[in-house]
Amino acid sequence: MPAKIIQTNQTPFKRVKVDPITLDIVENALRNARAEMDAVLFRTAMSPGIREQHDAFPMIANEQGKMVVGQFGSFLYGFMQGYGGTIEEGDIFLTNDPYSCEGAVSHLNDWLLMMPIFHDGRLVSWSAMFGHMTDVGGKVPGSLPTDAKMIYEEGLIIPPTKIYRKGELQTEIFNILLANTRMPDWNKSDFFAIIASLRLAERRVRENIQRFGVDNYISAMQDMLDRNKTAMSAIIKMFIPEGRTKASHFEDWIDDDGQGNGPFKIACTMWREGDLAIFDFDGSDPQSNSSINFLLNEEMFKMFFGAFTINLFDPQILFNDGFYDLVDVRIPAGCILKPKKPAALSCRTHMLGRIFDLMGGLLGQGAPDALNAAGFSDSPHFMYSGFDRDGKWFQLFQIGFGGVPGRPAGDGPDGHSMWPAFTNVPNEFLEAYFPLRIRTYATIPDSGGAGLHRGGNGITIAYEMLEAGEISIHDDRWLTYPWGVNGGEPGLRSTKRLVRKDGSEENIPSKCDRVKVGPGDMLHFNTWGGGGWGDPFKRDPALVLADVERHLATEDGARRYGVVIEDGRLDLPATEKLRVRMADKRGDTQLFDRGFENLRELKARSKRETGFDAPKDPEFVQVRTAAE
Amino acid sequence: MGKKMSKTEDLIRTYETRLAEIEARLARVEGGPAPTAQSRKPRQTGGLRLGVDVGGTFTDLILLDESRGKVWSAKVPSTPADSSVGVLNGIEKICREAGIKPSEISEVMHGTTVATNTVLTGSGARVGLVTTKGYRDTLQIARSFVPGGLGGWVIWNKSLPLARLEDTIEADERLDSKGNTLVALDETALRRDLKKLRDRGIEALTISLFNGYVSGKHEDRVAAIAAEVMPGIPVSTSSNVMPEMYEYERTETTVVNSYVRPIVAKYIANLQRELKAKMGDVMLQILRSDGGLSSAQAAMDQPVNLLMSGPAGGVSGALWIAKNAGFANLLTFDMGGTSTDVALIEKGVARTRRETRVADVTVRAPSIDVRTVGAGGGSIAYVPDLTKALRVGPKSAGAVPGPAAYDKGGDTATVTDANVVLGYLPSDAKLGGDMVIRRDLAVNAVQKIADSLSVSLETAAEGIVRIVNENMCGALRLVSVEQGYDPRDFALIGFGGAGPLHANALSRLVNAWPCIIPPGPGVLCAYGDATTRLRNEASQTYVTATTATNDKDIGRMLRDLADRASGDLEGEGVPRSEQETRYQVDIRYQGQGMKLTIDSTPEGFARDGVAGIAKRFDAEHEQLFTFALDAPHELVGLRAVVQGAEKPFIGRDYGSGGKDSSAAVVQDTRIYADADWHKAKIYDRSRLKSGNRIAGPAIVTEMDATSLILPGHTGIVDKVGTILIWPNGHDKLR
Repeated sequence: MPAKIIQTNQTPFKRVKVDPITLDIVENALRNARAEMDAVLFRTAMSPGIREQHDAFPMIANEQGKMVVGQFGSFLYGFMQGYGGTIEEGDIFLTNDPYSCEGAVSHLNDWLLMMPIFHDGRLVSWSAMFGHMTDVGGKVPGSLPTDAKMIYEEGLIIPPTKIYRKGELQTEIFNILLANTRMPDWNKSDFFAIIASLRLAERRVRENIQRFGVDNYISAMQDMLDRNKTAMSAIIKMFIPEGRTKASHFEDWIDDDGQGNGPFKIACTMWREGDLAIFDFDGSDPQSNSSINFLLNEEMFKMFFGAFTINLFDPQILFNDGFYDLVDVRIPAGCILKPKKPAALSCRTHMLGRIFDLMGGLLGQGAPDALNAAGFSDSPHFMYSGFDRDGKWFQLFQIGFGGVPGRPAGDGPDGHSMWPAFTNVPNEFLEAYFPLRIRTYATIPDSGGAGLHRGGNGITIAYEMLEAGEISIHDDRWLTYPWGVNGGEPGLRSTKRLVRKDGSEENIPSKCDRVKVGPGDMLHFNTWGGGGWGDPFKRDPALVLADVERHLATEDGARRYGVVIEDGRLDLPATEKLRVRMADKRGDTQLFDRGFENLRELKARSKRETGFDAPKDPEFVQVRTAAE
Repeated sequence: MGKKMSKTEDLIRTYETRLAEIEARLARVEGGPAPTAQSRKPRQTGGLRLGVDVGGTFTDLILLDESRGKVWSAKVPSTPADSSVGVLNGIEKICREAGIKPSEISEVMHGTTVATNTVLTGSGARVGLVTTKGYRDTLQIARSFVPGGLGGWVIWNKSLPLARLEDTIEADERLDSKGNTLVALDETALRRDLKKLRDRGIEALTISLFNGYVSGKHEDRVAAIAAEVMPGIPVSTSSNVMPEMYEYERTETTVVNSYVRPIVAKYIANLQRELKAKMGDVMLQILRSDGGLSSAQAAMDQPVNLLMSGPAGGVSGALWIAKNAGFANLLTFDMGGTSTDVALIEKGVARTRRETRVADVTVRAPSIDVRTVGAGGGSIAYVPDLTKALRVGPKSAGAVPGPAAYDKGGDTATVTDANVVLGYLPSDAKLGGDMVIRRDLAVNAVQKIADSLSVSLETAAEGIVRIVNENMCGALRLVSVEQGYDPRDFALIGFGGAGPLHANALSRLVNAWPCIIPPGPGVLCAYGDATTRLRNEASQTYVTATTATNDKDIGRMLRDLADRASGDLEGEGVPRSEQETRYQVDIRYQGQGMKLTIDSTPEGFARDGVAGIAKRFDAEHEQLFTFALDAPHELVGLRAVVQGAEKPFIGRDYGSGGKDSSAAVVQDTRIYADADWHKAKIYDRSRLKSGNRIAGPAIVTEMDATSLILPGHTGIVDKVGTILIWPNGHDKLR
């Protein structure tokens, strides 16, 4: 039963004709409001994840819950359909349960807050935001257990709950939530920071209504949705081949599940039937028995698709939900992108990132000039926690960055974020507040794939631990490569090496929890580079030389471009000769270079190249369902 | 300040200048020549003050004569190749008009965009950088931030760091976060690498070592070695330029300092030399981004503090005008050709923040909280095919080809063209200056937009203006509502080339009244320069829980800082008796990343202590963010700000007249506003008298600006010629 909306004013909104200028002004006003929501949040939140790294996403939606400004598309419509209670002025809803909001948030760490905005007794808009809480309880610090089999191991589940009722915080409920986290102060402050942002959006919406009148405001939002639909309809026709027989197909993998199984495949087929774009994920692997499942919200995928394409035509547009009817996303139930409760979900970050590589490969096949290589399609985590020598608990959750891929626009930046708004945590901040010393924070030469436009380099971070504690790592692309395109080569894989104080060394797997560390131990966390774009033999040798002088590439690495540099000097005649020889040997460039023939061949060289046994082919069990 | 900076070629000359400055100050205080100065001429007056603002097109000058209560202004073309030429031309002109000798001018206060332009045009020095081992890529990785939304990385290309990676070396050394040495500096290796840097041809050196905000001991040692290895190369250390946590921001700030330093130092030294030649022992002071003044030497050592020198002059000028008009709460709105700067002034004090942005360069240097939007008179309007939305900016037609109406080859519609179409910039009235306005060309350009939107010419033109106003309204919101201020409690002051045209509409949008149009809106920055106070500060990072501190220790540290700043200011010629000291404490909840700066007088701190600061922090946090926490507090930094005495107000006499302004009417015209054409009158500002009322719709022209009074509004001319615009029916009009 859909939620019951309590309105004291029953007058229906009038759909009025909004002049195009007013429409653009409302659009600007909402864009400003969203920027302000971010500003308030980043300044008041406490956890480094939100405060320094900006792992939080605001949204303003129309009265029906359709997103008019934001990033991840709207989950509000689904929420309103599924919530059994009432929606009243002064309510604010909280949930972190992916299974009760169809994956609008995709693991328990993301707290989603939704606030209906009323004006003169009528529901006129929604504001909403979700942010990543550093800890929500569960079996491991950080609440992201690699070995979880069920979601119950990953923290406290909050089904959609009125955390504010008639403007009053439900303190007792809130206390239950705080009592179930290892970092209550951070959660509390991050929570209030999000509330402050939502209230700000509410003020802005009301101001807009005062300025333009409620019917104009409501109609303008509808017009903005329609405008997106029109634009996207044209884009879909431009990008997507018509007919099932001309469909594009692409697949990619995440390497393992942290339990010795893998890789896990995601696959998508894309075609168009008239105006309707179809993305069919049939062929993706079934859900995993570990926590790498990603409950992909169909609407969110539509948003990813739209955002990537529309930017090319009108980057200033406020991208919104308006075109959703034009896209049909088909995800088979029980597959790794649509697992069933109680499947564990906490470590979905790899699959979420890989979706972007998948989409790039899918869309780019029809337009190789616009095709990007595979990039830093992940948000690898480093977690470190324990009790310091004074008996005080410390806990760090940090997201790492790597190489942006080579693109038609140019080289991929080194060690940058592919998620909007994300930033790294300053190392001086880490040293001042955590028992850590960051001995090295640098790019890894040659880690970006060679290409006419090279991939960005990954980053090497040397963490020296100052206290006994435990670390967790969630990373990927240690086995498969970030692929290159149009002749570009793959980037380097990720690696992790732990050097103990006593001098002993070991490679650390890509996904692990509760690795014990002591003072003086040093972890070298090396992220992966971006794939290269275009023929590396066509790159200007002067640029290759510049990269070598900048320590972004080595003299040996320059040979990948067929460029001969010795003792810092570029040898042009030798370069020309070498390039001819290498090009002959290589032959024509390929659209995709994955760095392996097939999974069997890749696995055969796993031990030799990575030091780790190849993961076992996953065995899929029958889908189980929760006792509900 | 500056004592750890390396010697520049100007040091000796500066030492002499400084001596001369002190003598000049003595001379003024004692009313006669200093005993040791032999060449000094006796001064007839209390000293004339000259404000100079160098803009892209014009150099503006304001001459203030305190003793006679007189003011003169002059405008001459700027000379971009060597700005000091334009300045000297201007000085000649203004002295001629005022009937004085240049040597009668005792102080020159100068707002300069030299530092800003050096960054904008990428014409700074080749900077070498020394980092800690393991951190050579600090500028390359930056904060890993990619602008834009989802997929923004697809089109974004990162610009090269201002200190090139190939000109970056690592020093083998390491401090911990408390300032203890973990690894001693390897001097042999450093010497070898510095020599390589020198041989590569660097022109300036930055030393920014990890945890250098806690202690400068390693940086100082590296600087000493650099002085031996590369004498003559100016060295900036991060512990001296910006001793604050966050390695990327500190390094970037220090590198920007090095990057602009040789050019700024050369410019200021030149100017100083020329001024001295003309005026004798004149004191040159440079306006800083935070609205304070610094000595020429401090400006040459730390030019990173000058990046907002230009806009700061405007804000200071606005303060000066508004104060006289009786308004202490102000939104400033400075609209030029390509961008618009807005700022907020509360109770006569401009909000400052510890960050300055120029294009994609962000540095941690204190500046007036000026928000810049890429929208100005030259902003180009366009309609994307796919979405049929009307977009204005951020692309600008610039000076060339410029708006279509200027007939310099531009044919795309700009905001200026829309203003011409609507009649706000009349093409038929004779305006000041030589600028010709071609309405026909403006119409052609705007018609294309109208056709794309299928609307009338006028609707399209008004749409362009409304959208650009909306963009600027967003910036005004950022400085007001986002900071917890209600714009209705503020007056709005419009200046700059295009400000007076749009100010009335902006006032209406944010409900800030009156809308203030200062006399000479185009020379307001120079007013600001001439009326600014000398200012100095000393600060230190001090990250400590409030529970681990006591009032006695913090009070002592603040006093020491004040002493330092005060001593420096004394050295710059302001005796302690004329100084005013304020404390600033940066504080936050433990665990937060941002901090708020709480101001206090020394007396206030003595009375209320750290607890009083924490209490005021809670209140401000609640005002800004709608909530306060019961979390423990943490101090982040301590600062003492010392200012010189306030300058007395001097205004021009505008005579007095009645309400009737008809004597100033030049001709009739018509304008399009609120979806209709209206009959309107054009006024000549120089003929307006104090007390006159101007009924909107009206256009007021003067040499360097055109002001628009919208239908339904009335302007009142106050006693110094400022126009205060109110909506009809407002109490103030009765």
